[in-house]
Amino acid sequence: MSGRPRVGVITFPGSLDDRDAVRAVASMGGSGVRIWHRDRDLDGVDAVILPGGFSYGDYLRTGAIARFAPVMEEVRRFADRGGPVLGICNGFQILCEAGLLPGALIRNRQLRFVCRFVHVRVETSRSPITTGLVPGEVLPVPVKHGEGQFVAADEDLERVEQEGLVVLRYCGPDGTVDDRHNVNGSLGAIAGVRNEAGNVVGLMPHPEHAVDPDVGPTGGQPMLASFLSYALARV
Amino acid sequence: MRFHAQVVVRLKPGLLDPQGKAVEGSLPAMGWRNVSNVRVGKQIEFELEAPDERAAAAQVNDMAARLLSNPVIEVYAVELRTASAIPTDGA
Repeated sequence: MSGRPRVGVITFPGSLDDRDAVRAVASMGGSGVRIWHRDRDLDGVDAVILPGGFSYGDYLRTGAIARFAPVMEEVRRFADRGGPVLGICNGFQILCEAGLLPGALIRNRQLRFVCRFVHVRVETSRSPITTGLVPGEVLPVPVKHGEGQFVAADEDLERVEQEGLVVLRYCGPDGTVDDRHNVNGSLGAIAGVRNEAGNVVGLMPHPEHAVDPDVGPTGGQPMLASFLSYALARV
Repeated sequence: MRFHAQVVVRLKPGLLDPQGKAVEGSLPAMGWRNVSNVRVGKQIEFELEAPDERAAAAQVNDMAARLLSNPVIEVYAVELRTASAIPTDGA
């Protein structure tokens, strides 16, 4: 990587993983820029991360209130111009609520909060976090959520599948996608999706918690490396 | 005019409702074995000031479609009454 992309990480009231995202970006060679939910500009960043957490206490629906935060207007404009946007966990929920990504995330099938390492299989290299990765590649990453079950109306799901918008699926260590490894009951075991333009991506697992070999698997490294080079390619 | 609005938000019929399933699963344990198709929704109530009922209904529907429900997964129903018909605390 020849430059140091500046990645804006947005903090909403109730965001938890904003600092980890900034640290992970820095450890992968980028520069994390903290952005407050009331800000009305993105400080000229090259990419944006909406981090995990429980913005606005998950009131009404997860992500429903955060989507109206002042900064989100600017995020939408940034996304419309082709800027890379990554939503992790609560960030994914916010992007779905904002209509920037298809589908929605509801209570886990088993009704329990799930917190553990899972495997995800790369389904497409056409997304800001899988550029340079090969479909079929399996990455170990943690999940920690109570409302991560991806759902969509039949016609939307069909579109998501047929247009190749599925970025990641939950799977076994060998890449097998089946019900047993579908950690929250998501339709199609979908763990992450992208928009049609290919610059906005959301996923329930946490790549930012999986970059440091001292504390566990490092399946987040290739995703964040991809995100940074995607951002750099646009500069 | 002052109106009292009630918005009932339900999960779309085709979607699996994990909460409803959990409630349904616990009912037989309490002896009620004849219950099926439990769905859990939510009810949001508020009052608003509007020139007439048409304006109030238009606003409440807009609110329901854009914030109170998520059209991707939910449907909603609106009920409007003039607020004077509602006994309020201390009135």
